[in-house]
Formats: sequence, C-alpha cells, structure tokens
Amino acid sequence: MSDAASRPVQVRGEVLSTRRVGAYHHMSLVAPGVADPTRPGQFVALAVGGADTGLVLRRAFSIYRVNSRGVYGGTVEIVFAVHGAGTAWLAQQPPHTPIDVVGPLGKPFALPREPVSATLVGGGYGSAPLFGLAEALRSRGCRVDFVLGAASEDRLFGALDAKRMASTVAITTDDGSSGLRGRVTDALPQVMDRAGTEVVYACGPMAMLRAVSEVTRDRGVTAQCLVEESMACGIGVCMTCVLPVRDDDGVTRMVRSCVEGPVFRGEQVRWDDIGTVPADTYGAPVVAH
Amino acid sequence: MSEGRFSVRTVPAPDRQDEPRYDFRTNLAGVDLPNPVLTASGCAAAGRELEQFFDVAALGAVVTKSIMLEPRSGRATPRMAETASGMLNSIGLQGPGIDHFLEHDLPWLHERGARAVVSIAGGSVEEFAALAGRLRGAPGMVALEVNISCPNVANRGLVFACDPGAAAAVVSAVRDRTSPSVPVFAKLSPDVTDIVAIARSCVDAGADGLSMINTLLGMALDLDTMRPVLAGVTGGLSGPAIKPVAVRCIWQVHAALPDVPIIGMGGVRSGLDALELVLAGASAVSVGTAVFGDPGAPARVLSELRDALAHRGFAKIADAVGFAHRDMPHRKD
Repeated sequence: MSDAASRPVQVRGEVLSTRRVGAYHHMSLVAPGVADPTRPGQFVALAVGGADTGLVLRRAFSIYRVNSRGVYGGTVEIVFAVHGAGTAWLAQQPPHTPIDVVGPLGKPFALPREPVSATLVGGGYGSAPLFGLAEALRSRGCRVDFVLGAASEDRLFGALDAKRMASTVAITTDDGSSGLRGRVTDALPQVMDRAGTEVVYACGPMAMLRAVSEVTRDRGVTAQCLVEESMACGIGVCMTCVLPVRDDDGVTRMVRSCVEGPVFRGEQVRWDDIGTVPADTYGAPVVAH
Repeated sequence: MSEGRFSVRTVPAPDRQDEPRYDFRTNLAGVDLPNPVLTASGCAAAGRELEQFFDVAALGAVVTKSIMLEPRSGRATPRMAETASGMLNSIGLQGPGIDHFLEHDLPWLHERGARAVVSIAGGSVEEFAALAGRLRGAPGMVALEVNISCPNVANRGLVFACDPGAAAAVVSAVRDRTSPSVPVFAKLSPDVTDIVAIARSCVDAGADGLSMINTLLGMALDLDTMRPVLAGVTGGLSGPAIKPVAVRCIWQVHAALPDVPIIGMGGVRSGLDALELVLAGASAVSVGTAVFGDPGAPARVLSELRDALAHRGFAKIADAVGFAHRDMPHRKD
C-alpha cells in the first residue's frame, strides 16, 4: 500500500519443479511479476487444492529464492513441510500444475545502512528466507555468520548454501545427529562474541524466536524476527494472524503479521503473551468488576 | 500492475459500450448501485487491501468490517480453523473504532469513488444508536448494515438477531438516528428456528432491507491436543459449506416478504453461486470468505455473474431476483 515498491500481484503461475530436500519439499514456481519486486523476508500466498477444492484458505510460504530473469518470466522458490491437506496436495503436484500465486507480501527484513556484522539464525525450514537475505547483506559489505538448528539432521535446511555464503556456520540439532547437540541459542552467544554481531536475523518456530530475542536483548543487539503465524488470506483482511506487538510508544496492539510483519523487531513482540490478549492491549476487553 | 494476461484487473465496466442492452444496475431500497456484487462485512476490511488487486469502486459497493464505538483488540489466537469447504473464525470484532473509521477509512472509500455499505456492531441498543448518530451524513455511505448477528460477542447468548424483540429494538433505534435517504439493512443470523419471524420484526421496526446470512455458530476440536482449536472455543462457520443454508434463508424470507430487498451472502465463490442467491431472492450478493482464498474474487464473481445472467437471457438483474419462486404455490395468488 504505502510500500509501493512491493505491491503484490495475483498471477496464475505454475509448478516448474519439486524435489525432496531432507524432510522438506522444495518447489519452484513460475510466477510472472512476483520475483522482481520481492525483497528478502517477504512471502507468497498460494491457492491449494485445485479447482472446486474444499480447501478455501490461502497458504503462506516464505520466499526462499527468486529469479526474475530467464525464459519463464520470473520464478519463486519455496520450502515447506507437509503439515496438513493443503501442503500434502502441494507436495504432490507435478510440473505445469497451475497455481494461483499472490505476492510478494509482507514487510521485508530491514537492511542495515552500514556494513555491519550480521548473524542469521534459522530453525528447520525457517532458514529458507535467510539465504536471499545473506546475499543482500553480503552485497552491502556485511559480515554474515549462520546458526542453523533443527530437531535432527534431515530437518536442517540450507547448510551447504550457508557454508558458501557465510564467514562461519554453526549447526545444532536436538538429537546431536549433526553439529552441536542442543538449541540454536546454545551456540548463538559464542557466535556473536566471535563475529562481533551487531544485528541478528532469525526465522523459525515461535519458541526459537522468543529464545533468540532473549539472547539479543541481554546483549543489547537488535533482532529482526520473521514470524510464521497461521494465516487465512495473507493480504490483511482476515485478521487471523495477529500477535501482541508493542509499538515505539509502548502501546501493545494485536497486529497482523501478514501486513505489519512478518518481520518484527524482537523486542517489540510480546513472545510470552502470544495466544493471549494482554490486559493492557489497546482495545482489550474491560474486565468487569 | 501490468495489464497483461496475468492481471486480475479485468473487471468489465458495468455499462460496457459493446453490450448496451444489458442493464446490470440494481436497486437496494432506493439506492441505485451500478451492479449487484458487494464485498461481505469482515472479509474486506475497509477496501484498501483489496484495492491492490482490483478497483473496489467497480463493485456495487464495499461492505465494511463491522465497526464499533471503541477500538477493540479482538480475541486471542488461534482465531481461525479451516473446515470442509469452509472455515471457522473467532476474531471478536477487532477494529479501530468509529473515530478512526470516520477519519481514515470512509473518506478513503469516498475519494476512490466507491460506495460504502457501513456495517455497525454494538453490545447494546444505545451503542448501535450512537454509531448510527455518528455516521449520519457521512459522505460515501450509501447504506447501513446493522450487524445484530455476530456470533463472536462476549456473551454468546446476546445475539440480537436471535430474538425478534431485541432485533426490532436495535433496528428501530438505528433507523431513528439515520438519514431517511440512507437505507438500513438488518443482518440476520441463520441460527434461529424461524428466520421469517425475525425478518418480519426487523422490517416492522423500520428495516429497509435484510442481509443474510451471517455465519453459523460452529466448533472444531484439535484431535492431537484434544481441546478446542479456537481460543474463543466456538466460532462462525462460513464458506461454500453454508451456501445451501443461505439459499434456504433467502428463499424463505423472499417468499414471505417479496418486496423487501435482500443482500445475499453465504458461500459465494463463483458467479453461478451468486446467481443462485439472486434467483432465491437476493437483489445484491456479497462475496465474503472467497476473498481469503482469492483476493480477486469479487471482481471475478461480478464478471461471471454478468455472463451467467446474460446466458440465461435476463435483460436486467431485477428480472432474475427471486425468479426461482415463479411457479411456487406461494406465488399463485
């Protein structure tokens, strides 16, 4: 809307390719006009289920990579896990299946003006939007370090990409099948010390984002967190993807993660209160006495 | 946005020069609309987000999300659950309040040249009346829709549209405070034993028209946690799953009150769905949940409805309204 540069389009795209990557699915979509305006951190909302489907809601996916050149008029790549009927359908679609694509959506990661040291933290396939971000940061002369974590090795995504782009890559798994046994936040403090981290970018499960935000807050470092809330539309009309966010004046509002996010400053999000409406929220129900 | 073949900005102008015989205008209790396709309250915010995908001024009207007197945070999450051919929502009427609406949202629609049907919601007759008073004379508002049927209110027993007396009290108070040139539509709930009785009491209280249907109260359980999916426990069911209920309600009310204009909504996803509601008795049709799956849906439905009517030989929309009733016993008098 006011961000005219990233005004979304709705296009009839199609599946270019799909492949398994560990426990995940990587899908490349032809989506004319979506790739070019996309900035790291933005997402696409796909219609799933085909014509006359009983699946009536859009599915939102972080954009892994885009290619705005080439014979296909622009491609968009996503990485996803099968969670339900919609993603199961998507994972089974052969090349040339038509897919209605809306994007790019949401506010992208804020990029630093100076060539700072940036540490990128990804949990599971939540790392997907961090690789385009790493390229953008590197092109600005930023140092980039990665911390990638997952439950197990097959649920890590992009470790090779990360090694190619970053000064260092730390890997953690809950079961110790790859890298350090533990959580990303077990590795993050040491990485930040070594890299002299000035900004952290994170994407992954809410619990991980909350833990990352605690680490960065304690160290006085800003964190840009990409949340993946459940959405019905992705464009700002359904009001289902809200979470309690404190604005710069200290006022908490239930904000839509699709249009006011999905990237938030870690210290703004009231992680402990997600799934509730804190009593001091703007417009919160008044408790009867 | 490009105007290429991938663009969704393909809304045909209501009076295309190449089809001069076709009259797509509809009349809602004295208000002329260029066509009968509207957004549905709560599914289009105040139009701004959808403007990215099509020209909202090309619709018959934009029905805005129900506005309340005060800003409102809404309920906790999860607020949504997809169900078979539908969804449950429990938003809790999150919104900025009437001041913000009058300052930002309605003027924006008016500047765009869009016609606004303003939906209002309140917890008491007085709140509804106050909202109507605040909106009186507001430029851009062509009609009021009184949401007396939202199931997502704090006291779920307090749905005005489930009681003829309560429904009438709200409608009467709103009608009194509203300019005579602005029709008042009462939005009805299907969750009643006799929707015709509620419709009659609203009309007797001064409603110029009726909007139907609001969502049905429903519920889903998470079989992993074995708890309700929605933080609000129950929610409103919408989407294609409820279209037959909408057709039935519109049918019954149009049969009983054929002169009362109806804005039909409930599960409209295509032009043929819209046609079905028109044939049942709706003079205009709102596209709601379909927008979540397809932001271009209202513009697409408009185009498809136009074709569907033309293919069936209707020279004007008014001829199709309630057409399915023509051979019914209630019409043989």
